[in-house]
Amino acid sequence: MKKLLILGGGTAGTIMANKLNKALDKEAWDITIVDREKTHYYQPGFLFIPFGIYNKQDVEKPKANFFPPGVNVIFSDIDKIEAEENKVILDGGRVLPYDYLIVATGTHSRPDETPGLSGPNWYKNIFDFYTLEGALALKQFLKSWEGGKLVVAITEIPFKCPVAPLEFVFLAEAFFSEMGIRDKVDISLVTPLPGAFTKPLATKMLSQLLTEKNIKVVTDFYIEKVDNEKNTLVSYDEQEVPFDLLTIVPMNMGAEMISRSGLGDDMNYIPTDKHTLQSKAHKNIFVLGDAADLPTSKAGSVAHFSADIVYENLLSAIDGRPMTASFDGHANCYIETGYGKGALIDFNYETEPLPGTFPLPGIGPFDLLKNTSINHYGKIMFRWIYWHILLKGKELPVESEMTMAGKRKVTG
Amino acid sequence: MAQETIAGKNVAVDQEGYLANPEEWTKEIAGEMAKDIGIELTDKHLEVIDYLREQHAQGAQLSIRKVGKSGITDIKGLYKLFPGGPLKHSSKIAGIPKPSSCV
Ligand SMILES: Cc1cc2nc3c(=O)[nH]c(=O)nc-3n(C[C@H](O)[C@H](O)[C@H](O)COP(=O)(O)OP(=O)(O)OC[C@H]3O[C@@H](n4cnc5c(N)ncnc54)[C@H](O)[C@@H]3O)c2cc1C
Repeated sequence: MKKLLILGGGTAGTIMANKLNKALDKEAWDITIVDREKTHYYQPGFLFIPFGIYNKQDVEKPKANFFPPGVNVIFSDIDKIEAEENKVILDGGRVLPYDYLIVATGTHSRPDETPGLSGPNWYKNIFDFYTLEGALALKQFLKSWEGGKLVVAITEIPFKCPVAPLEFVFLAEAFFSEMGIRDKVDISLVTPLPGAFTKPLATKMLSQLLTEKNIKVVTDFYIEKVDNEKNTLVSYDEQEVPFDLLTIVPMNMGAEMISRSGLGDDMNYIPTDKHTLQSKAHKNIFVLGDAADLPTSKAGSVAHFSADIVYENLLSAIDGRPMTASFDGHANCYIETGYGKGALIDFNYETEPLPGTFPLPGIGPFDLLKNTSINHYGKIMFRWIYWHILLKGKELPVESEMTMAGKRKVTG
Repeated sequence: MAQETIAGKNVAVDQEGYLANPEEWTKEIAGEMAKDIGIELTDKHLEVIDYLREQHAQGAQLSIRKVGKSGITDIKGLYKLFPGGPLKHSSKIAGIPKPSSCV
C-alpha cells in the first residue's frame, strides 16, 4: 500500500482529505490525517463573538463529522517530520511513513513573542479575538465596559485574515453606537503597515470608511512591548500609544513542529513554490493553507482555491505526469463594515483588488470594493457554505483561478 | 522608469527613487542616497546593506524581523541606524526594490 499523509485537519487538511478520498484508488492508497484537536473551529466566526452576534455553538463542530469514511484519522500531537526519511513522528514516538505528504498545520497566535503581552493584564484589559477563549473573554469584558480608549493593534506581518482587524474596528464602532456609548469610546487601529491595508485601491476605499466612522489609524508602528503599568503599547522607536482596552492580533507563526523538523523560515512557514505548491526542499511534500510562505493572504478562501491546485498536481505526480496546475494566489475576502453592510475584495499575486461585480460580470450579486448590504449577506452565508460545501471539498460556483471578467481597471 | 544621475552614474529609478536594477548599485550611490535621507553611512550601515543585497539576490523576502535576527544588529539597533523607516530606507540605500508587505 502507498501512503498519503495529511498533517493538520483544519480548513485546508479537511478539504484535501475529502477531495483525495474520492480520487485515489483505495486498493492502492492509504490516506491518513492527523490533528491534535477534536474540535473544528470556524475561525472567521470568532470576529462576531465579542459583539454577541455569534455564540460558541455557532463556531464549533466535531472534526470527525467532516472527515470522510475511509480515511484514517489520528488525534495526536505531531512531534516532527523527518523529510529525508519520508516519515513523521507523533508525540509518544509512533512513526508514520509516507510516499506523499501534505502539510496543513496552519498559523497560530503567539502572544508569548511580545514582552508584556501575555502578562498580568492578559484577559483583564488586553484580549485577542484570534482564539475562541480570547473572543469569549472579550465578550464578557464588553458587557460592562463604559468606554475609554480602545486600541486595536497588529503585531507583525503576515497574519491570517489581514482584513479581520479592520472588520473588528468597524463592528466595534457599530456596537458602541448601538449601546449608546459611541461618544465615550475613542477607537484607533495601530499597524506596522504604512496604511490601513497593503494594496493601494483597497487601502483608499477602507481609509475613507475609517475616516467617515471617526476611527483613527496609527501607521508604521512596530510593537516592541506592552507596558502593563502604564497601559501603553511601546514601539521599537520608542513611541507610545496609551489604551484602556487593547484588542490585539498577536504575532502569528507557523506550527512549532515545522521548526523542530527544520523545514521552516524564521516564522515557521515552509518555503513553498508559489505556483506548484510543492515544498521547495522536498518534491514529495505539498504545503497547503496558512502553513506555506506564499505571498498572498493567509485565508480560508486561499486554502480552498489552492486545494484545487494541490489536488491536480498531486494526482499528476502520482501518475508520473508533469504537473500543469499553477496557483495564481487567488484570494477572496468579505469585509464586514457594520450596520448590516460589507465590502468584498478579490485579488491574486499580480492583480490588486479592483472595483466591479462578483462572481458574474455585470450582474454580481456582489459588489467589489463597495460597501453594500448584499456583501454583508455574502459573509453571513459564508458560514453555511463553509460547513456544508467548502470543508466537504465540493465545488463552489467560483473558479480557483482569479478572473478579470467583471473587474474594472483603474488608472492613476 | 526615469533615468537619474546619482554620484556621477546614470541609473534607472522608480517613482520613489528606488534603483530599478540592483546591479547598477555602487557604494558611492549608496552614500548619496543615504545623505538625501539624512544618514551618514558607517561600517555598521554597510554591513546591513551587504546583508540586504545578499538576501535579495537569493530571492528572500525581507522583513524588519529578519534583519533583526541577522546577527548584525537587533531591531532596536536597526531603527537607530535607519530612523523613521528601517526597512524602507535601508532597502533604498542598498539599491534593492521597496519592500512590499504582502497580504
Ligand atoms: C478571527 C479570524 C477571522 C477570519 N476570517 C476569515 C474570513 O473571513 N475569510 C477567510 O477566508 N478566512 C478567514 N480567516 C482565516 C482562516 O480561518 C484560515 O486562513 C484557515 O482556517 C486556514 O486553514 P489551514 O488549514 O491552513 O489552518 P487551520 O484551519 O488553522 O488548521 C491547522 C490545523 O493544524 C493542527 N495542528 C497544528 N500543529 C499541529 C501539531 N503539531 N500536531 C497536531 N495538529 C496540529 C491544528 O490543530 C489545526 O486543526 C479568519 C481567521 C481568524 C482567526
